[in-house]
Amino acid sequence: MTDKQLIVLTVNGEEHELLVEPRWTLLDVLRHNVGLTGTHVGCEHGVCGACTILVDGEPVRACLMYAVQAEGCAIRTVEDLGTPEEPNDLQQAFSEHHGLQCGFCTPGFLMLAEGFLAQEPSPTREEIRETVSSNLCRCTGYQTIVDAIEATAAKRTGRKEDAVR
Amino acid sequence: MASEEPRFDGRGGKWIGASVRRREDPRLVTGRGRFVDDIHLHGMLHAGFVRATVAHGKITELDLSAAREVDGVVAAYSAEDLQLGDMVALLDRPPEEFTPTTMPILARGKVRFVGEPIALVIAKDPYAVEDGIEAAQVGYEVLDAVVSEETALAEDAPLVHEDAPSNVLLDVTSFDTPGVDEAFADGCVIELVTRSGRQNALPLETRGAVASWDDRDEQLLVQTCSQVPHQVRTVLARSLRIPERSVRVVVPDMGGGFGQKCVVGREEIAVAAAAKLLRRPVKWIEDRSEALASGFLAREQRYRTRAAFTEDGQLTALESDIVCDMGAYSCYPFTVGIEPLMAAAEMPSVYRVPAYRVRARAITSNKAPTAPYRGVSRPQYVMVMERIMDLAARRLGLDPVEIRRRNVITEFPYTGINKVTYDPGSYLESLELGEKILRDEGWYDLRGKNPHIGIGYSCFSERTGYGSEAFAKRKMTVVPGFDVSEIRMDLTGSVVVTSGTINHGQSHETTFAQIVAERLGVDLAKVKLRQGDTERISYGWGTFASRSVTIGGSAVATAATRLGEQLCVIAAHLLDTRVENVGLDGDGGVIQLDDPDRRLSFEEIADVAYLRSHLLPKEAEPTLTATAAFDVPGDGTFSNATHAVVVEADPGTGQVKILRYACVEDCGVVINPKVVDGQARGGIAQGIAGALFEEVTYAENGEPSAASFIDYLVPTAAEIPDITVDHLETPCAFTESGAKGAGEGGTIGAPAAVLNAVNDLLWRTGVQLEQTPIHPEAVLAALTAADREKAGTGA
Repeated sequence: MTDKQLIVLTVNGEEHELLVEPRWTLLDVLRHNVGLTGTHVGCEHGVCGACTILVDGEPVRACLMYAVQAEGCAIRTVEDLGTPEEPNDLQQAFSEHHGLQCGFCTPGFLMLAEGFLAQEPSPTREEIRETVSSNLCRCTGYQTIVDAIEATAAKRTGRKEDAVR
Repeated sequence: MASEEPRFDGRGGKWIGASVRRREDPRLVTGRGRFVDDIHLHGMLHAGFVRATVAHGKITELDLSAAREVDGVVAAYSAEDLQLGDMVALLDRPPEEFTPTTMPILARGKVRFVGEPIALVIAKDPYAVEDGIEAAQVGYEVLDAVVSEETALAEDAPLVHEDAPSNVLLDVTSFDTPGVDEAFADGCVIELVTRSGRQNALPLETRGAVASWDDRDEQLLVQTCSQVPHQVRTVLARSLRIPERSVRVVVPDMGGGFGQKCVVGREEIAVAAAAKLLRRPVKWIEDRSEALASGFLAREQRYRTRAAFTEDGQLTALESDIVCDMGAYSCYPFTVGIEPLMAAAEMPSVYRVPAYRVRARAITSNKAPTAPYRGVSRPQYVMVMERIMDLAARRLGLDPVEIRRRNVITEFPYTGINKVTYDPGSYLESLELGEKILRDEGWYDLRGKNPHIGIGYSCFSERTGYGSEAFAKRKMTVVPGFDVSEIRMDLTGSVVVTSGTINHGQSHETTFAQIVAERLGVDLAKVKLRQGDTERISYGWGTFASRSVTIGGSAVATAATRLGEQLCVIAAHLLDTRVENVGLDGDGGVIQLDDPDRRLSFEEIADVAYLRSHLLPKEAEPTLTATAAFDVPGDGTFSNATHAVVVEADPGTGQVKILRYACVEDCGVVINPKVVDGQARGGIAQGIAGALFEEVTYAENGEPSAASFIDYLVPTAAEIPDITVDHLETPCAFTESGAKGAGEGGTIGAPAAVLNAVNDLLWRTGVQLEQTPIHPEAVLAALTAADREKAGTGA
């Protein structure tokens, strides 16, 4: 049960050599072995989405994947979006729209939104709401989270249109 | 002090009333917050609990030897191994009213609910902890479980606590005024029985703690997600039998609490004891299935109510029999009285009630124990009062808004039949604005055209400034109320201010800084709030009952005022003028009033206070610090609101969808509108959750239904609608900040408004639902029966 194996994980563009048990989840390894605690543990059964990260660009529940399964994948966590001094546009929008209160679920929503907007740059409000419904927030009542993502999408596509012109 | 000093009037200003961006956000949106599970200490071990798998049983075997043999397991402890003192939460009431019970830290001899901690397993990593828990051997002699009110109150009921005379742990007739029977004899009488399901406050971050013993300080450091760090310290010191100075409790960032974390958890104590024994840091993080099944729950209440009205819709008497199922133990420090006593004292709500009789009981059962949860009983009794208003309106042929208009309190201060004095509010104004919003937007017209659409209101007030006088009335032996703050200015003119309250989503770092910036006249960036550390703050009651800004914020404001006075004393001396002739300039300095060109910046004053103290006036002490304590006198302060809701029921499934949710709220002076809106919306979402979705049910043997999010339905963005929040502002006369609390109102108002809206559309069916959550099956059954009848009559 406790036989460990050596794996290499690519997290936020950096390679980490790690000795892990096959039963360790990607969530636990990211938090406790890689030391990136921004990805949070909410339910460990794939419902709340607090542990959402991007694996090869797709939003994934880090609690439902074993670390050994993530070898060779490009993993992105909330720490890669921006820093407290320089948060990215989505992070700024969450703050501007009061899209967080206790902030515990926030990294999961940010990574979900980041992955979603990459795939669907111009979603309708209803589409945003539907996507957001895969994660749980207990503080905000969701409205301001939807507002923040909507505002980011508008800004990003606006920028792109400017670039095309 | 200088009368010319810019006086904070509680209204408007540079910082008060501004939706400034939250100062806690940069770390939280970038994953740099520090929650309990993010703490990693050198040599740290992990802990988990062997928990009861039966609801009621004698422990016949507890063998931890196999657990201790598991690879990676360092230790396993039973109650006998730890020898800790029990938790006992008391009320100062006679034995016929209150029966005290004890909550052991680990179960001894008997278990009383599924999930009760029996033993503690410590291992090198959390996976090995699970292995150890699995290897532990526990045997039971299963006893009959008490899972319903009927079983609990039966003559031959099994006793949850065998040393208690019955399963009723609290039984009070709080009011029995003259005139009740007379009013029922000649009035229009409304009778109803309402029930609400057992709910989990469900903070997204589960409970948890990291405990470590520091040989250098001879001190236990417990970093825990608690709303009440000082009370945790008190229980730790008592249970471990060590002085309070030997315990330091620190609260890092907290992922929500909603009341579940405002009581002391037995797990925090056990983990701390283990860390002290092992002389190594120990971490415990509750997993979600533990949190769902055995975290503190709330809300399971039944009200049997009668109300009398005159023909013209005046409420003349109210009588209610309230039973709250409080689960297996009295929580510390609030006891099993928290829900029934709150309900009995405050049930009349926003209405004039001339005669009142109420009996409130707390029963114990073999279910997870309860704790305060956002709103505490008010969602339930407001549901009763608002249902009564709607039912009476129907019976008397009045409009639901009109009958409320005839009964709401409009003259303030008003002392109710419950002997509570309400400070000024906008009960009628909020109701009328709520109705206007729905009428102007055409919802009444739509309802006229669509039989599956209903409109509902709830109108309520909530005591938010619970000072010690108000809590003392409840006869708790541990009486919350005051809060303290210390403020310190450094050489750069920056200030650090402390508070005994704890932020867990309410934006204290921002709103408290706004209060200080306004009062002291410094830039917001110069203010830093520190909280949640028993070493930094002499004592504090933490954050619950919407008390942070009202009480904690008032202490902070007072401390800032005192620091301002101190700055003025020193400045006057240095400017060689009288103290009456100087004042804060609102821009980080003190000016001479008769010659505004003469000014000293805070930095210049601080330079003298710290580095050249020989220049200080006689009456000033070196350094720049001030402290203040604040308590709300009398009955406290009352926020109020009206919620106006439009729902639509799906005739095919019975699903209820909320089409429009309008909240008109009054929490006095609004420090930060965006924060208040957020509190209202988040609260409403939790209220809707109680109205339509969430419930922990129990099988006959006491097994809880909710072990995962598959069984416990937490609403998502697909179920919670956009919500508008309008503010009315009746400033509070009792608090320094002019603010009343804003944390709980949303949760209080939502169940009643949603239930009324559903019953509005069901009225034609002849069925009225009087319990939450409202199940689609019940709605569907009512609609189908009505439609069948209609078809039948038509044919």
